[in-house]
Amino acid sequence: MELSLLWTIAQRELREALRNKWLWFYALGFAGLALALSQAGLASAGYAGLGGFGRTAASLINALLLFVPLIGLSVGAATLAGERERGTLLYLLAQPVSRAEVFFGKALGAALAVLAALALGFGLAGIGLGTAGSSDATAFLALAGYALLLALAMLGLGFVISSLTRKAATAAGAALLLWLGLVFLADLGVMGTALAIRPNPATMLGMLLVNPLQVFKLGAIYSLRATLDALGPAGQYALYRFGGNLHLVLLGPLLTWIVASFGLAFVLFNRRGDV
Amino acid sequence: MSNSQSPIANRQFPIQVNSVSKRYGTVQALDEVSFAAKEGQALALWGENGAGKTTLLKAILGLIDFDGSIEIEGHDAKQAGKLARRRIGYVPQEAIFYDWPVQATMEFYAHLKGTGNLRPPSERIPALLTRLGLAEHADKPVPALSGGLKQRLALAIALLADPPVLLLDEPTANLDAQARRDYLALLAGLRLEGKTIIFASHRLEEVLALADQVLLLEQGQLLEIIGPQALQVRLAPEVELTLWVAEGQRPAALVHLQQAGLATHLNGRGTVVVRVHNNQKVMPLQTLQSKGISVKDFEVE
Repeated sequence: MELSLLWTIAQRELREALRNKWLWFYALGFAGLALALSQAGLASAGYAGLGGFGRTAASLINALLLFVPLIGLSVGAATLAGERERGTLLYLLAQPVSRAEVFFGKALGAALAVLAALALGFGLAGIGLGTAGSSDATAFLALAGYALLLALAMLGLGFVISSLTRKAATAAGAALLLWLGLVFLADLGVMGTALAIRPNPATMLGMLLVNPLQVFKLGAIYSLRATLDALGPAGQYALYRFGGNLHLVLLGPLLTWIVASFGLAFVLFNRRGDV
Repeated sequence: MSNSQSPIANRQFPIQVNSVSKRYGTVQALDEVSFAAKEGQALALWGENGAGKTTLLKAILGLIDFDGSIEIEGHDAKQAGKLARRRIGYVPQEAIFYDWPVQATMEFYAHLKGTGNLRPPSERIPALLTRLGLAEHADKPVPALSGGLKQRLALAIALLADPPVLLLDEPTANLDAQARRDYLALLAGLRLEGKTIIFASHRLEEVLALADQVLLLEQGQLLEIIGPQALQVRLAPEVELTLWVAEGQRPAALVHLQQAGLATHLNGRGTVVVRVHNNQKVMPLQTLQSKGISVKDFEVE
């Protein structure tokens, strides 16, 4: 794989993704929400005497759980399917480049675009909080780190959708369905299963770790509070079982989702049935 | 020919297609297709829609899986697709680009192709734009170009790395008559420079202007390889010649031509009309000349 070719394709993808109005729509929505939440968090922090960052970031988690997957999935789904539909993918692959260079170049460019969108949201929130003199930047950065990993995992799933579809509209629809499934149905599924089979805390934790959104939620709350009491027995079990290594344990599933989703997407893209 | 042969050994036949088959579900898109193209030769792929022309071009580019083998200057299209594509300039039927300016588009593809030992892109790009009549459009966004100019841009991109082989998929299908003639003249010039050209076509005019040989494809099978004139004869076995002969000599002309076994009549304008086989167009002229009848002018339909 020639890195210069990969970078050339990544630059093109980044340029294209940054022109996607939906990316900025989601990013600005997230940024506005984050800023509003940060102001509200600061106001209540003054009243309650708590650290502004922790409270604000806790409020941000739910917003992040909606916006970050949406950004990752929508950008990922638009990449390959959009080019395939326009006919530019065939022309690109007809050049002296390998499929791996095209795929990973596009993945890198899309990842940088998502990073730019998140940086805008977190940047505005960070400026808002920093101006007010709040501290606990470590927790804020940890939250941003988990958000980035979640976004990359969702981007990978978006690439899987894009590898399987021939039309951009179909890919966007599939991405939206998957987003709904992950954000709402998976949560309901876990709650329903918990009520039905009354699992022990270890099983419950295992069920949570399968969903990257839940992993993000665990990691984010743990970053802010250094405790998972809010999550009940499963949270307490996680702390008891993994203690100081909990961050590493939580990074594992997220990284696995990233590698597995991009790996599957590449395998699907690399099939040479047709372009 | 085996994959182990060096690229240099295959230079005389830059393209070798050996028993290539491709199936899409129940459809046999290509069925044991074999041929080789000599250096500087222009081959036309001729056939109806679905005959396998575009599938064959995709196989040569290594874009699809297939049975059999294809070598481009000794590089296997399946195993070493990238190396094979370095030696190919591809022009699609309707070139679709990113909506950047012409110059930026050329620079992007120049990066992808690499120019090796050639002049750097900063020199090659202006030279190609000038040669293909695009210099004045360098700063325009590609979507603002006409269809003809887009096809020229596709050809300019195809030539960026000076490849020995050009693949064209119905290159003039979407062009008007004048743009088509200009484009064919460009391609004819490239053939004279020694480029090996394979192009899919369903236009006789294109084949006659450019091809050395025609590969007749039908339902994925290579039926026959023939010359372009032979294709013309098959498509239109007879032509009608309209001959302008001095009024006093017309009856005699009719008699002599009919004696030569040709279907002849006078039309409403008083000219002699004769139907002949496509490859015998000169015969009526020779017949009349031998009888001392001069033909002032003629038309072929």
